[in-house]
Amino acid sequence: MKDTKMKARITVTLKNGVLDPQGKAIEHALDGLGFQGVDEARQGKLIELDLQDTDKDAAMTRVTEMCEKLLANTVIENYAIELE
Amino acid sequence: MRSSVIVFPASNCDRDASVALEDITGTKPTMVWHAESTVPDCDLILLPGGFSFGDYLRSGAMAAQSPIMKDVIAKAKSGVPVLGICNGFQVLVESELLPGALMRNRDIKFLCKDVQLKVERNDTIFTSKYDAGEIITIPIAHHDGNYFASEDKLKQLEDEGRVAFRYVNEIGEATPEANPNGSQNNIAGIYSKSMKVLGLMPHPERLISNELGGTDGRGLFESLVEALH
Repeated sequence: MKDTKMKARITVTLKNGVLDPQGKAIEHALDGLGFQGVDEARQGKLIELDLQDTDKDAAMTRVTEMCEKLLANTVIENYAIELE
Repeated sequence: MRSSVIVFPASNCDRDASVALEDITGTKPTMVWHAESTVPDCDLILLPGGFSFGDYLRSGAMAAQSPIMKDVIAKAKSGVPVLGICNGFQVLVESELLPGALMRNRDIKFLCKDVQLKVERNDTIFTSKYDAGEIITIPIAHHDGNYFASEDKLKQLEDEGRVAFRYVNEIGEATPEANPNGSQNNIAGIYSKSMKVLGLMPHPERLISNELGGTDGRGLFESLVEALH
């Protein structure tokens, strides 16, 4: 099997119950533009990493640590990691 | 009283802090660049306001990873008082020296104006020169000052008397109208469990002489002089 490098996509979102003023502004702006039927808008961040890792489990462990230490503030944010 | 001011790339209130400290303590603080590994022995470490690292990722997140912060955290844990103003407060929560998080202001706008604060207690090293319950006027200048903590953490802060300052109206009520940024419980500043680390969004260092529009900020530095001289 050939070694392939990996890409991690990390989606950081505000936790439920945490007020998202930017999401609210987007919601209002969409409404102002005449787009009806948007119940809620929440804004988050997408972070992409090109990794040298070749082992998926090891990469997941490392990226999880990166999220906990820097990429997300777990007081207010959730994160989801996709590896490809 | 010897003090150190930590300077991060894009700190912009470091010199205001230095002027306030020199004026009130009588000793020029040591300015310590973020890439240094140790803070010189001192009685107070001040993390100044600004936009360290361009507020990339989250306000204060990058600065919290600066080399100097390892020693700031170690010294704070060994009992050296630390004062974080505005971006300094954001760095303190990102470093987990203080609980909670500072989020985008409720109305999204950058806020730059004078606000009224209530001094919650005056039995701390930071507030002995004020009266308990005194209402002072201090400027704010921030985009991310909306204090958030989990319900449990918030209750703990309140129960332990760790709210330092609250946004209030002219008669000292913490109303929604007096809350400029949406902070929970109108919180403008909090203490660590040890009461030796204080983070606040308003800028006391900007109001230390009549030429600057008032002197309500002096009390905080004068309190420190009294406690730490």
